[in-house]
Amino acid sequence: MVGIVGYGAYVPSFRIKPEEIAKIWGEEGERIKKGLGIQEKSVPALDEDAATMAVEAAKNALKVSGIDAQKIGAVYVGSESHPYAVKPTATMVAEAIGATPNTMAADLEFACKAGSAGIQICMGLVASNMINYGLAIGSDTSQGRPGDALEYTAGAGAAAYLIGREKSQVLAEIEATCSFTTDTPDFWRRQHAEFPTHGGRFTGVPAYFKHVMSATQMLFEKTNTRASDYDYFVFHQPNGKFPLEAAKKLGIDAAKLKQGLMTPVIGNTYSAASLIGLASVLDVAKAGQTILVTSFGSGAGSDSFALRVTDKIENRKKGIPLAHYVAQKEYLCYGLYVKHRRKLKSL
Amino acid sequence: MDESLAITWRRIPERYRLEGSACSKCSSNFFPPRKLCPTCRRKGTISAKTFCGKGKIYSFTEIFSPPGGFELEAPYTIAIVQLEEGPKITAQITAPHGEIKIGDPVEMVFRKIQEDGEEGLIHYGFKFRLVK
Ligand SMILES: [Zn+2]
Repeated sequence: MVGIVGYGAYVPSFRIKPEEIAKIWGEEGERIKKGLGIQEKSVPALDEDAATMAVEAAKNALKVSGIDAQKIGAVYVGSESHPYAVKPTATMVAEAIGATPNTMAADLEFACKAGSAGIQICMGLVASNMINYGLAIGSDTSQGRPGDALEYTAGAGAAAYLIGREKSQVLAEIEATCSFTTDTPDFWRRQHAEFPTHGGRFTGVPAYFKHVMSATQMLFEKTNTRASDYDYFVFHQPNGKFPLEAAKKLGIDAAKLKQGLMTPVIGNTYSAASLIGLASVLDVAKAGQTILVTSFGSGAGSDSFALRVTDKIENRKKGIPLAHYVAQKEYLCYGLYVKHRRKLKSL
Repeated sequence: MDESLAITWRRIPERYRLEGSACSKCSSNFFPPRKLCPTCRRKGTISAKTFCGKGKIYSFTEIFSPPGGFELEAPYTIAIVQLEEGPKITAQITAPHGEIKIGDPVEMVFRKIQEDGEEGLIHYGFKFRLVK
């Protein structure tokens, strides 16, 4: 039985509203809010980055699991905003949580789905008995070019999943996983480039929708299930609209997406987005309930997971719920936001 | 001035996860870690001890004129935190000066401390946040 034995999320406390950004660029805030389905987005503090947020989420996951960090056999950190181009985030995280030195570790990058790729790697290592516990983290403090549509949505957050196989510890069994992967040039950032480049409308149908829907359908076939067999769905959420559209096309009741749709209040947290959505669902799910998660990473690919919650879900009481971080907020004006995100070269 | 790589590296356990030391004979706890107990001298045995990260504000102040590398963060709060296990340590507090009182409970948080310019090392370590 391979599954989640601990999970934790983290969202920084600063927020900025689309109106505040729109004002600077002469756009209509209300129209953008409606168009993207977003009320506000999270912004990291000056001393926060993908590594520090990964540590916060990992510590929460460890609390829920009650497992000694020394027993972790692998640490994978997925991000597209690793603090260094060369020098692993995973070693810093492993050191900070006390998992070193007897552990595997590596950084992963696959746009917004490097965290879910980490879960799949840990599942394989745990199922093959190579390790007892593997820690997979998605963490991002992503940037949008000033004035670009992404500036309204690019948020910051992290989620960590401790994967194990002891029935007495698994709080959600991962019954199946599959991936749909192609080379699709929808979004990229070249080495040394400060901000990413994206294909505008091209990021929709051939990228997000094709991959999310194909992976989800592939999982339905693999597990011989259909939409009505699941209590909750979590899709990657680059904005507040895309996941709802994907659900509609797949014949999924929009109400099943609501609990896992966090982008409208924290922004797109990239590698953490679908994993934070899952954390939100796990915070309320009951034993026996089923969850389908599909991530998406530009470039492009989607990982789908079918989960079944067990009675060990009660262990979540030992952690900090996502709602705690969502509720703690302090608003920034655009000027302070520029300072926080160091968008001015002289900073 | 950039800290030497060897010093940074040696201090990772104490900075990342509050690893100090303790004396087996008199049960005194030390942070930063000591190699010799000042009371028991050679009669005590010193071993590593990781502190739980919880403590209280013992005293605090606000920094308006920061040393190099901290300009963006000013004004910020520095406090002496008394750890649950006893030792007092100086650290940055993530909350603004106006929100803090002596005696407030705090917990350790892993944050970025300083960057050695655009191409140098990024230093991480402990700060404390208010427990609400
Ligand atoms: Zn002693």
